[in-house]
Amino acid sequence: MLSGSSTGVSVDAGAGTAAAAAANAGVDADADAAYVVEMRDITKRFPGVLANDRISFQVRAGEVHALLGENGAGKSTLMNILSGLYRPDGGEILVRGRRVHLGSPRHAIAAGIGMVHQHFRLVQSFTVAQNVTLGMSKPRFVLNMRAIEDDVARLSSSYGLQTDPRAKIWQLSVGEQQRVEIVKMLYRGADVLILDEPTAVLTPQEARDLFTTLNRMKQAGRSIIFITHKLDEVMEVADRVTVLRDGRAIATLDRKDATPGLLASLMVGREVGGAVPGKKAACGDCVLRISSVSALGDRGTLSLRSVSLEVAAGEIVGIAGVAGNGQRELAEVITGLRRVQEGRILLRGADITNRTPLEIIRCGVGHIPEDRLGTGMVPNLSIVDNVILKSYRSRPVARGPFIHAKAAREHADNLVRRFQVKAAGLDRPIRLLSGGNSQKLLLAREISANPGLLVAVHPTRGLDIGAAEAIHHVLIEQRNRGVAILLISEDLEELAALADRVAVMFAGRVMGVLRRDEWDIERIGLMMAGSATADTGHGADKGDRVS
Amino acid sequence: MTDDARKVTVGAAARPRWSIRVEKRPEISPFWRAMAPVASIVMALVFGGVFLQLTGYDPFEVYSLMFKGAFGSRYGLIETVVKATPILLATIGVSVAFRMLLWNIGAEGQIYMGAFAASWVALSFPDWPPLMLIPAMFIAGAVAGGLWALLPALPRAIWGVNEIITTLMLNYVAIYWVDYLVYGPWKDPKGFNFPLTPQFSQAAWLPCLGTTRIHLGLTFGLAAAVAVSIMLSRTRWGYEIRVIGENPAAARYAGMDIPRNIVLVMLLSGAIAGIAGMGEVAGITHRLQHGISPGYGYTAIIVAWLAKLNPAGIVIASFLFGGLLVAGYAVQIFGIPADIATMLQGSLLFFVLGGEALARYRVRFVRVGVGKGAVSQAEAK
Amino acid sequence: MEQTAMAFVTSVLSAAVAAGTPILYAALGEVLTERSGILNLSLEGTMLVGAVSGFLVAVRTGNLVAGVAAAAVAGGLIAALHAFLTVTLKVNQVVSGLSLTLFGTGVSGYLGKPVIGVPTPVSFKPVAVPALARIPILGDMLFNQDLLVYASYVLVAALWLFFYRTRPGLHMQSVGESPETADALGINVFATRYAYTIIGGMLTGIGGAYLSLAYAPSWIEYMTAGRGWIAIALVIFAIWNPLRAVLGAYLFGGVDALGFRIQVLGAIIPSFFLKMMPYVFTIAVLIFATARSRNYRIGAPAALGLPYERE
Repeated sequence: MLSGSSTGVSVDAGAGTAAAAAANAGVDADADAAYVVEMRDITKRFPGVLANDRISFQVRAGEVHALLGENGAGKSTLMNILSGLYRPDGGEILVRGRRVHLGSPRHAIAAGIGMVHQHFRLVQSFTVAQNVTLGMSKPRFVLNMRAIEDDVARLSSSYGLQTDPRAKIWQLSVGEQQRVEIVKMLYRGADVLILDEPTAVLTPQEARDLFTTLNRMKQAGRSIIFITHKLDEVMEVADRVTVLRDGRAIATLDRKDATPGLLASLMVGREVGGAVPGKKAACGDCVLRISSVSALGDRGTLSLRSVSLEVAAGEIVGIAGVAGNGQRELAEVITGLRRVQEGRILLRGADITNRTPLEIIRCGVGHIPEDRLGTGMVPNLSIVDNVILKSYRSRPVARGPFIHAKAAREHADNLVRRFQVKAAGLDRPIRLLSGGNSQKLLLAREISANPGLLVAVHPTRGLDIGAAEAIHHVLIEQRNRGVAILLISEDLEELAALADRVAVMFAGRVMGVLRRDEWDIERIGLMMAGSATADTGHGADKGDRVS
Repeated sequence: MTDDARKVTVGAAARPRWSIRVEKRPEISPFWRAMAPVASIVMALVFGGVFLQLTGYDPFEVYSLMFKGAFGSRYGLIETVVKATPILLATIGVSVAFRMLLWNIGAEGQIYMGAFAASWVALSFPDWPPLMLIPAMFIAGAVAGGLWALLPALPRAIWGVNEIITTLMLNYVAIYWVDYLVYGPWKDPKGFNFPLTPQFSQAAWLPCLGTTRIHLGLTFGLAAAVAVSIMLSRTRWGYEIRVIGENPAAARYAGMDIPRNIVLVMLLSGAIAGIAGMGEVAGITHRLQHGISPGYGYTAIIVAWLAKLNPAGIVIASFLFGGLLVAGYAVQIFGIPADIATMLQGSLLFFVLGGEALARYRVRFVRVGVGKGAVSQAEAK
Repeated sequence: MEQTAMAFVTSVLSAAVAAGTPILYAALGEVLTERSGILNLSLEGTMLVGAVSGFLVAVRTGNLVAGVAAAAVAGGLIAALHAFLTVTLKVNQVVSGLSLTLFGTGVSGYLGKPVIGVPTPVSFKPVAVPALARIPILGDMLFNQDLLVYASYVLVAALWLFFYRTRPGLHMQSVGESPETADALGINVFATRYAYTIIGGMLTGIGGAYLSLAYAPSWIEYMTAGRGWIAIALVIFAIWNPLRAVLGAYLFGGVDALGFRIQVLGAIIPSFFLKMMPYVFTIAVLIFATARSRNYRIGAPAALGLPYERE
C-alpha cells in the first residue's frame, strides 16, 4: 500500500497512519518496503517439539498469501506468533520495515495485524457488537452500545459482510460467526488479516463468498494470510504461497509458478499415494435403520428433524455437512447418548430407540466420538485402563466383581501391537500419546468388541496424513469384513475416497443421499447449503424435502 | 473509530525486558515429586512460625511444646491415636466421594448422625449382650451416616444440585439436632444440667487396648482403608468410580450409570463417616453429648487431599493430624489458642497444594523483546 | 392488637435487612469473583477473618472506618492467596477454597481469643434518613439502618452499572465466559482474575465486619455460622446478578430474623429447630433454583471454575 508498491492501490485512512509510521522508521531498502510483514528466522519450541525452525516469511501489501502445510507443520504456531499470542524463542518480526515486539495480541492489533482463529474467539453469550468492541481501549469506561452497534453495521455492510449487531453469537450460524470475526478485526483497523483454515467450516458456496470478500479487501489494500492445507484453495485465491513442512519453510512461490502436484510434493515431502483399497463385494443386509427420528439439541431446540437413513452390512455411509447441522446429534441418538423425541432406530430389526448407552454397546455398536480425548478416552488413566473402558464388565477382563489385571494387560498389549500404537508403556497415561496414536488405540478398542455397526465421527480430524491413512485402511478393512459403518466427516475428500453412499445433512435434515457413482461436488455443496435435494435419495424421507 | 488502536506505538520495539514466566514442566522429576510435600510442610511451619512471632510468641518454643504434647509422652501418643481414629474413618469416607469429584464436605454432619443413631440403639436396648448391641450400633451408625449423605446425593443425581453447599448446610442441621436431643428429651436427669445423655450400659462400650483409651474403632478405620483401597484398585465398581471422577463424559460414553454411582458412592461415603460417629460414642464418651466431634469432618477434607486420596497415605496423614490436634490442646495450657492447630491445618493444605503445583511448573526469568539469538533464559531451580 | 402485629412485621422486615446485609456483601463479592471465572469457596473463612480483624482494629483504635478498612484488607489478602493458588498455580479451585476456609477459621479463632467478651467502644448505629424513614413499613425497613447498609445500596447500583454499562465490566465478563477470547483480544486474563478475586474478598471481609461491628457488635468464635456458605448458594439463586442478590439476601435475612423473633415470642417450637431454618431454607432454595435452570446453566459464567492456560 506504500507508494513504491507495485500493486498501486488506494490508501485508506487506517493505512495512512501505518504508512507514516513506516516512513518514520526510515526504511532503507525499497524491496523491504513492499513487505507489510516480514518474519525472520522465527524459532518456537514447545516441550519436546520444535514447532518452528528458523522460519522466514514475508507478506506484501495487497496480496493474498497462502500458508500451506499439513497438520503439525507449524502454520498455526507461526501465525500465533505473528498475532502476538505466542512469543518466539528466536528470530525477529518487522512490520512495514520496523522491528516490532509483539508481546500480546494487543500489540499485534496495534501494529495492524489481526487473526481469525479456526476456533472462533467469540463470547457466545455476548452480542455481535459487544464482541466487536471487546478488548478495545476506546471508549475507555462508559459504553454506549447503540453507537457501537451503528458503527458495526456500517462497517460490515461496506464489505458486504451482513451481520446483525444486536444478535447473540450463539444464535448465529458458523458462517455468520466467521463474518463477525472478520468484522471484529476490520473494526480494529487490521490491514493484515490472518485466516486460519477459514473454509473448514463453510460450504463450497460460502467459501466462494468468502473469497469474494477477500478479493474486495485486497483491492482496498489489505493483506491476507490464508492458512490452509487444501491445494485447490491455494490455486483459487492466493497470489503467493509459502509451504511449511515439519516446522520449516520449504518454499515461497508465485501462484503462476505453482501447480497442485508441485505444491503437494513440497507439502508432504514424498510422493502422494491417494490409492484407496478397491471396492468390495455387494452390500449385505440392512444393519441400521433410522426412521423419521427427531431429537433436541443442547439448547432445547430441534436439531434432528425427521431423519431417515439406512446402513447395510459391509457398507460405509458417509454423512457430509457443515459442522453443527445435526451430525453430532445423529451419532448421539444412535449410541444412546441423546434422547429421541420421535421416530425409531432399529438395529438388525431390534428396536434400540432410547435404550441406554450400555444396552446399545451390548447390541454391538462401536463409537468413535467427535471429541476423542474428551469423550472417548480418560486422558489421565493408563493405556490399560482406557483399553478396558467397554470390556471391563465381561470376561475375560471381569472376574466377578473384580477386574483381572493380567487379562486387561494382555488385551491392551495385543491391541497396541496389532495396531502399531507407539507408546512408551502400558501404564503411562493416555494423554502422553500423540493424537494419531490415541485415535488408533480408540479405533482398536472399538473394533476389538467386534461391532456390527461402527459410528465414526470425524475419525481423522487433526491427524497427520500417515495416521489418517492408517485409520482409513482400518475402516475399509472393517467394511470388507461386513461391518456397517456410519462415517461422519467434514472432509469431502475423505468421504469421496471411503463412502459407498453419502448423505448430506443441513439444519437437522437429510437433504439427500448420493451413491458413489452419483458423486457430484457441486450438488453436494448446494445440499450442504440447504438449497437443493438429491433426486435419487435412497434413505431420504420424501415428505421432508425442502421445496 | 479504527485509528485508536494504531496510536499505541507500532513498535514498543526492541527494548530488552525481563519477565517472569511460569511454565509447565513436561514431566515432574522424581526428585521434585518426593521433595514437594516435605518442602511444603516445612514452608507451612515457617509460615505458621512467622505468624506466631508476629503475635508475640516464640515459634520454636510453641512448636517444641506442640511436638512434645503430641508425640513426646505415652499419654500424648495414646491421645494422638485416639484422635486419629475418627479422622481416619471420616477421611476414608470423604476420599471415596472425592475420587468421583463428589464434594462431600458433610462428613461432620454424618459423624453426628452416626453418633445419634448408635446412641439411640444403645439407650433403647441397654440389656442386649455386647455381641448383639455393638454390631447393632455399628449398623445403625453406618445407616444413619449413609442416609444423611443420601439427602444431598439424590438432588445431585437427579437435578445436579451443588452438593458442596447442601452437604455443608446439613452439618449445621445435624449438629442442632443432636443439641436438641442432649439439651432436651435425652438429657441425663442426673447430669447436673450438662448437655449429655445418660451413660450407655457397659455392653455398648467398645473394647479398649489394655488400659488405654485406644478402642476398637481404630480397627474399623484400618479395615476401611484396606477395603476401600482394594475396592478402588481391583474391582469393577472402583474402576467405574475412577473413570467417572476423571472424565464423566467418557463414563457416560462407556455406558456407566452416573446418577446411580453418585447415590451409591455418597451412601458409602456417609456410612463410613457415620461409623466414625458410632466409634466416638461407643468407644470414648459412652454417651451422646454436645460437640461430639470438634471438626473431624472438616479435618478429613484436608487429610484426604494431603494424602492425594491414597488410602495408605490417609492412614499416615490421619495420625499426623491427630497429633496436631493433641498438640493444639497441649499448648492451650500455656495460654496459646488451640486454634493454632486449625490454622496450621489450613496452611498445610495450602502449602502442599502450592508445592505440588510448583513441582508441575517451573518459574523462569526470561529476557524478551530482543532480536534474533538474543533470547536468553535463566532457570530458577 | 393490630398495632402490635404491625410493629412485629416492621421489626421483622427491618431485622431482615440487617441480617441480610452481611450475606449481601459476601454474595456481591462472590458474584464479582465468579463473573471473572474464579470460584472462591473460602467465603466462610474470609468473613470470619474480616469480622475478627475489623473488630480488633475497631477496639484498638476506636475508629469504625479503620475497622472496616482492616476487614477489607484482611479479606483481600485471603482472596489474594486464593488467586495465587488458582490463577497462577492452577490448583483445583474447590480444594483451594476449602483449605482457605479452614485457614481463615483457624486464624480468626487464634487472633480473636483475647477479645472474646470484650465490649467494643464503637459500633454502627441506625441513622434515619430524613423524610424517607417516615414511609410506613418500608421507611423503617430500608431507611432506618446504619451506614454500612446504605453503602450496600450504593454498591448494588454501582455493580449493576459496572456490569452492564461499562467497558471494564464487559471485559470482566468476557474473562469469565471465554478467557481464550479475552486473551486473544489483549485483555489480561490473569490480572483481571486477580483483581476481581481480591475485590470480591474485600467485600466479603466487609460482610464479616458488618457482623462484628453492626449486627452483633462483639467477637464470638465462628460467629458467621454458615453465612459464607449461604452467600455462595445465594449467588446461584441470584443467577450471578447483583440486583437479584439483594432480593435473595433479604429473603435469607428474613428467615433468620423470623426464627429469632418467634423464639423471643416464646413459641412452642424448640429453638434448635428454628436455628436450623436458614440452612434448610438454603437447601430448598438451591434445589429449586437448580431444578428450574437445569440443562441451561442460565447466567453461570461458562468458564467458571476452570483454570486458564495459554496453548
